[in-house]
Amino acid sequence: MNGIIAFYNSTVGRKIVMSLTGLFICLFLIEHLIGNLLLLLQDGGASFNAYAEFLTTNPYAYLPLRIIELFLFFTIIVHAWSGITVWLKNRRARPVKYNTYGIAENAKFASRWMFGTALLILLFLIIHLKEFFFEMRFGEGNHNGYEIAHQTFANPYYSGFYIFAFIVLGFHLYHGFQSAFQTLGLRTKKYISLIEAVAVIFWFIIPLGFAMIPIYILLHPYSMALAK
Amino acid sequence: MALESKIPEGPLEQKWSKHKFKMKLVNPANRRKHTIIVVGTGLAGASVAASLGELGYHVLAFSYHESPRRAHSIAAQGGINAPKNYSNDGDSVYRLFYDTIKGGDYRAREANVYRLAEVSGCIIDQCVAQGVPFARDYAGYLDNRSFGGAQVARTFYARGQTGQQLLLGAYSALMRQTHAGSVKFFDRREMLDLVVIKGQARGIIARNLLNGKLESYTADAVVLATGGYGNVYYLSTNAKASNATAAWRAHKRGAFFGNPCYTQIHPTCIPVSGDHQSKLTLMSESLRNDGRIWVPKQKGDKRKPKDIPENERDYYLERLYPSFGNLVPRDVASRRAKDMCDEGFGVGASGLAVYLDFASAIQRLGKDIIEQRYGNLFDMYKQITAENPYEAPMRIYPAVHYTMGGLWVDYNLMSTIPGLFVLGEANFSDHGANRLGASALMQGLADGYFIAPYTISDYIASNKFEAVSADAPEFKEAENSITAVINKLLSVNGDKTVDEFHREFGKIMWDYVGMGRTKEGLKKALTVIPKIREEFWKHVKITGNAHDLNTELEKAQRVADFMELGELIAMDALQREESCGAHFREEYQTADGEALRNDKKFSYVAAWEYKGAKQKQVLHKESLKFEYAKPSQRSYK
Amino acid sequence: MKVTLKVWRQKDKNDEGRFVDYAADEVSPDMSFLEMLDVVNVGLVKKGEIPIAFDHDCREGICGSCGMMINGRAHGPGRGIATCQLHMRSFQDGDEIVVEPWRAQAFPVIKDLMVDRTALDRIMQAGGYTSAKTGGVPDGNAILVPKPAADEAFDAAACIGCGACVAICPNSSAMLFVAAKVSQLSILPQGQAEREARVENMIAQMDEELFGGCSNTYACEAECPKGISVRHIGRLNHELLRAKL
Repeated sequence: MNGIIAFYNSTVGRKIVMSLTGLFICLFLIEHLIGNLLLLLQDGGASFNAYAEFLTTNPYAYLPLRIIELFLFFTIIVHAWSGITVWLKNRRARPVKYNTYGIAENAKFASRWMFGTALLILLFLIIHLKEFFFEMRFGEGNHNGYEIAHQTFANPYYSGFYIFAFIVLGFHLYHGFQSAFQTLGLRTKKYISLIEAVAVIFWFIIPLGFAMIPIYILLHPYSMALAK
Repeated sequence: MALESKIPEGPLEQKWSKHKFKMKLVNPANRRKHTIIVVGTGLAGASVAASLGELGYHVLAFSYHESPRRAHSIAAQGGINAPKNYSNDGDSVYRLFYDTIKGGDYRAREANVYRLAEVSGCIIDQCVAQGVPFARDYAGYLDNRSFGGAQVARTFYARGQTGQQLLLGAYSALMRQTHAGSVKFFDRREMLDLVVIKGQARGIIARNLLNGKLESYTADAVVLATGGYGNVYYLSTNAKASNATAAWRAHKRGAFFGNPCYTQIHPTCIPVSGDHQSKLTLMSESLRNDGRIWVPKQKGDKRKPKDIPENERDYYLERLYPSFGNLVPRDVASRRAKDMCDEGFGVGASGLAVYLDFASAIQRLGKDIIEQRYGNLFDMYKQITAENPYEAPMRIYPAVHYTMGGLWVDYNLMSTIPGLFVLGEANFSDHGANRLGASALMQGLADGYFIAPYTISDYIASNKFEAVSADAPEFKEAENSITAVINKLLSVNGDKTVDEFHREFGKIMWDYVGMGRTKEGLKKALTVIPKIREEFWKHVKITGNAHDLNTELEKAQRVADFMELGELIAMDALQREESCGAHFREEYQTADGEALRNDKKFSYVAAWEYKGAKQKQVLHKESLKFEYAKPSQRSYK
Repeated sequence: MKVTLKVWRQKDKNDEGRFVDYAADEVSPDMSFLEMLDVVNVGLVKKGEIPIAFDHDCREGICGSCGMMINGRAHGPGRGIATCQLHMRSFQDGDEIVVEPWRAQAFPVIKDLMVDRTALDRIMQAGGYTSAKTGGVPDGNAILVPKPAADEAFDAAACIGCGACVAICPNSSAMLFVAAKVSQLSILPQGQAEREARVENMIAQMDEELFGGCSNTYACEAECPKGISVRHIGRLNHELLRAKL
């Protein structure tokens, strides 16, 4: 146990924990996206709701899924906590700032704004969980995820916030994904181009996939009505 | 006082091994009771401090740098020699010995040079074990190249940064001992005096450069590994801080100074671009393998090099030395370049440069091959001059590079002060009148790893050491004299900076005690030097005080010492009425303009004894005997 | 050409420090940046002022002594050079140049532009070596090193310990410095015996010196005078994981 604590307390150890948790969250995002794309089907929410139901009520999958869910929350908290503490340590490492600091000429935007993008994502996550997760799971009113999605995203401000959050997420993932491999020592000469290519997928495709849902709903304001 | 070189009896090949057996040992349990001071932590200093620490001695290591890794050994480019005969081209210890003696123009001790060649193989093994990334061939074996005109490939190298890698190896060994607690490293400390008690070197006074405090340290032996004195000339390839102060102050305490006039000039340096120039950058002499050196046939020709047709160019080295051409030894190439410029054929804005042209090599081999061979050097040249050597010829000029002279030491590397050992470039011992390429690194590490640890142990075991304290009157006297010098410097408050004096002094040294020396020039130097020294003490301006980090004060003390050492160099050059190796007296040359030795009269080491500020230094002669390598005249025709 | 310098002046480590403006009027484009500072310093001394203190020595980009932040760039504009290899032709007539010391908790300012980088030595003491005893080693050719491994080790070993990586890093992290040594010795057969202990001890010492952590911005690689690649940091991370597992 002492060994694990010591490992977590070293700068490199904590970064390794962040990479592993980050990659797990990436896996979740892929699953989440695939599920959410069901929202785009013109079946009045039959598929999506079946999927949602499977996640919450299927007796055989119930226990494993709850464990995974708890683990996911744990992962997100560890990822966030590690990020905040690393950021604080890093800030303390330079108590006197530069008058002129040309970091922009030496490092990519995404890598320099990981903490900023993380804060925005955290804010988004809180709103998102409140609006969907808690509503669908524990809410008093409508438990129909398909309908909640269509109602929520019909509001252009809300959709706009989501789309903005996905762009921010894109930058966070772009750097975070390849950074995780670097921290795990897997970003070697041999795999570097593969990792960079997949990072671009995380940069574009995942956020784009998520953003498509509010965009689609905004562009088809009557789709829900039609389906009914 | 008679000079005792203490060269062991017996055949050349057995001298060192017999001597090693005869030397006394210190019981391992007793070693930690003995403190040894090592001043300077470059190749020689770091390696000896680490090795002594490993043996169990209590070692105090001093450097004016923040870290041992800053020492100027780091700048050596080419490589390190060892007669491993990995290339199967007939190399042997004897051949390396012979080449080094001959290269030194028969002015080095046979026994020392043989020992150097003998232990050099161990250096390679040691460095490999430390993780020095030497060049390898595709089978994974160590790669060799031939260097500096040697006919065998015996040079081990790590790209163009061999010195760096070897120094980092020695530095890592030193860091290991620091961690183990056997060596205590004192950073940013400059040794300003040697303390001699009852005839033995028993300590030093060092100035803490951060706060100006003078600190006294006691020991049973003191090792100086403080490098060479090329900065006497102001412009040289040495680092800015390289200085002779530690060695010079030891000289003033009784250590004889050997062969000060042997200063090596390297032919391929980037020329001076203006008065602001602070130092010169060396470019590996491997460039001469493919570059052709020329000047315009017409004096003062200001055309661009590409506008000068072939038949109006003088490839003077190829003309004068048809068989060696551009590959003549360093001293010859340097002197001919200076001659050309002195006669008005020089090129560039200053007229103090010759062309080193790669056009025909590029045409013959293609740009890619040239880039592979010299890419980093070409980049370096472009960085400094903003000219592209792939398109226009390089301009080069000789520059002071290495000093073969230094404190006189016996076979045990001990100076004329018992207990004061001198290693590496700081001593005079192994290169004679001229050093061959890739042998400086070899000597520094041989002294540090494989010679001094034995001979210092012998000294410790053979002597009794009364307890001394830093409060001893000798320490107080040394401290007071340093304080007096510092206060005197600070009180002048003149109108000229230290750098201005150094530059002016360096110019005199270069003009009269540089490459081509004459009796008149040296005499002139000996009249001018005391004057400029007097000027210095009357007009130097140093701001700040003695109790802070004060870079001007640091420089002032070094320059004051250079001005005294410069005079000794001129005196030594004047008394040596012959030409040998890097010491070239215009009056003594063959009909072809080659160095003309006078073995009958000058086959000796000149060792100078300091007699006091107002007295002339006294010359002692250690005669050199050549039983194995018989002196012959060099010829590169 | 003429330039205006805005230089950080700080008497000693306890002084607060401030920027002071200096005009450099007779600057030749062929001067190195440090030679330009030499000229400014001669002027200062003649006026009875204290010259600007800065570390420097070999002036050919290998000793690692020099290092300052010039217009927000470690070693100034340009890639693959130390401050001593920066020439004034990289600037325009009339430029204002801001010169600051390396800034990091682990690099306290000693005076003006000089900082204390002995933390790097202490990291090396923690394990940046092979414990090969003087003399007790096999023949050089008894240890075979494949050429690609030797080349890769050399790329890492080229580090000059100047601290530019720490200076430019937003986290003042010394990861590239530590990685260079760990990588070199973990590739070579000579470094195997102490491989695990080395990486653990060096990282522990790095943390103790209060350097920040790596956030993979790769600014260090961009500013490194020797162009040392961040793949060595990847190897360092890998080595730590390997040691722990």
